Amino acid sequence: MSQKKKPLFLSWLQLRKERARLLVAIAGISFADVLMFLQMGFRGALFSSAVEFHNSLNGEIVMLSNRSRSLISLDRFTERRLYQVTGITGVESVTPIYLNSMQWRNPENKEIWDIYVIGINPEYQVLNIPGVEANREKLRQPDTALFNLGSRSEFGAIAQRFQAGEKITTEINERNIQIAGLFKLSPTFGINAYLVTSDVNFLRMAPSRQSGLIDVGVIKLKPDANVQTVLTEMRSRLPNDVKAMTREDYAKAEVAFWNASTPVGYTFDLGVVIAFIVGAVIVYQILYSDVTDHLPEYATLKAMGFRDRYLLIVVFQESLILAALGFLPGTAIALSIYRITNLATMLPMTMDLGRIVFVFILTVLMSSFSAAMAVRKLQTADPADIF
Amino acid sequence: MSQVLENNVDVSTAAISIQHLNHYYGQGSLRKQVLFDINLHIDRGEIIILTGPSGSGKTTLLTLMGCLRSVQDGSLNILGQELRHASKAEMTLSRRNIGYIFQAHNLLNFLTAYQNVEMALELQDMTAAEANTRIQTVLSAVGLEHRMNYYPSDLSGGQKQRVAIARALVSQPQIILADEPTAALDKKSGRDVVEIMEKLAKEQGCTILLVTHDNRILDLADLIIYMEDGCLVDRADVAAIVR
Repeated sequence: MSQKKKPLFLSWLQLRKERARLLVAIAGISFADVLMFLQMGFRGALFSSAVEFHNSLNGEIVMLSNRSRSLISLDRFTERRLYQVTGITGVESVTPIYLNSMQWRNPENKEIWDIYVIGINPEYQVLNIPGVEANREKLRQPDTALFNLGSRSEFGAIAQRFQAGEKITTEINERNIQIAGLFKLSPTFGINAYLVTSDVNFLRMAPSRQSGLIDVGVIKLKPDANVQTVLTEMRSRLPNDVKAMTREDYAKAEVAFWNASTPVGYTFDLGVVIAFIVGAVIVYQILYSDVTDHLPEYATLKAMGFRDRYLLIVVFQESLILAALGFLPGTAIALSIYRITNLATMLPMTMDLGRIVFVFILTVLMSSFSAAMAVRKLQTADPADIF
Repeated sequence: MSQVLENNVDVSTAAISIQHLNHYYGQGSLRKQVLFDINLHIDRGEIIILTGPSGSGKTTLLTLMGCLRSVQDGSLNILGQELRHASKAEMTLSRRNIGYIFQAHNLLNFLTAYQNVEMALELQDMTAAEANTRIQTVLSAVGLEHRMNYYPSDLSGGQKQRVAIARALVSQPQIILADEPTAALDKKSGRDVVEIMEKLAKEQGCTILLVTHDNRILDLADLIIYMEDGCLVDRADVAAIVR
């Protein structure tokens, strides 16, 4: 029956008493959290959109020119290299892909925009993208192409009009092309829209491109083949003008390119650091003035026989309460901004649990760090001064 | 009975026993002595009033007895514990046996009257029911049973000081140290406050040491000590000086 007396939740009682200060602190932490979420969201969207093409390739191994670095930094190689590896045990099929930027004329306002054209063999399932899978055979028709659902509005409301049943033709590199279907690939920071067409149509649209000089080779293995074994065998047979790698490594190389060879990765990382500092400064300001205002009261507690540790815990608890209270609205706001950004830019802004946990940990670190700075002021609470 | 000591006396029964206590402020050439050879013996259960002009060292003596300052020279024994050479942690623990009442009430502004009193019980191990009974009883004793959930900002000066007294008494300390507890109060509430302290102290059998300039409450003391220029004036003269 006799329950122990519950300790007073001093930190929360203290925070609660000053509503205005509490709200400012929560707003400050939320703001820092939103900033961090946005920076990470953009960074994540950049990377996940940049490798959507890579991940859709229907094959375990990818062959590239030795000088290819990224989808926006390609080099061609002869498809003979691709056919050279068909004899290796474990290889089931090989498929070439042509890639090139071309000029797309917006059929509505006749403006010209660069579009990224993917030329595939329509007889094979090269890209595991539902829209391509369903429509690839239509590409046997001359001068047809599949348009990208996630394209930005600069290219015209192609998807909506196509879905409404309209027949859409426009010029690509000054050649009349008809849209035969839709598929979905997100725009990246380097590519605004994609078009998928057959290799034959591709070469018609791009007269400068030579048949047989391809950009990407996709190698599909038999179900029982060992990827590493095949890859080793392949590398021993191929001259060094091409490189072969697993599809996963291909995607990783694309991310590494954006991260290291462009300012993008650095910019967003710096953004996270700055958001962290802004948040830490806000929490520090709040906690410092809170401690300063309550110094006589803390000194009184020391005189009553409370240890320094008790007061340290109070301040750290305050910082953790602020972290939690600021994190919740921060996350909610970030989620809505993700949604809005996705609608406005078509970038795949998605939240994942790992990021939520990471930002929460950053928030707790930020607050504890600020608390650690603010508690130094506690030492000036001298109980001998209060008489 | 208490006495101003000349020499060693059995300290085990004493609430406070002080021998040859000197205290200094400042360092080097700025060093200034503020207490000179204080000797004092206070028995348990007494009410002592310490009085004297400003700057005579009363508050310094009080903070030393309250374990809020380190003893520099001489011996200071509180409830059988020698404070000379006591560590910081030992001093903190010793403070838990002492109830403090300050000139300014020093309540925690973000806590209600009830919670302020409850704070003093945080350091003790007890059941929720017992804590609640004690807090209610002591707040009723100081006449604040209808103000328990008020914040200090909603209480008058006298009411705040009474909450502070309740806070000092609720943990049933063996010694209460009070520095000018009536300074901020009018004559009536000042006397009320001291009478409440005296009544509760008698019930709990604790020793009360009051620093005051307030002549209106001198008659409540068992012993009056007069201090001047850092020295205790001999007891025989005190009555004459004060009255």
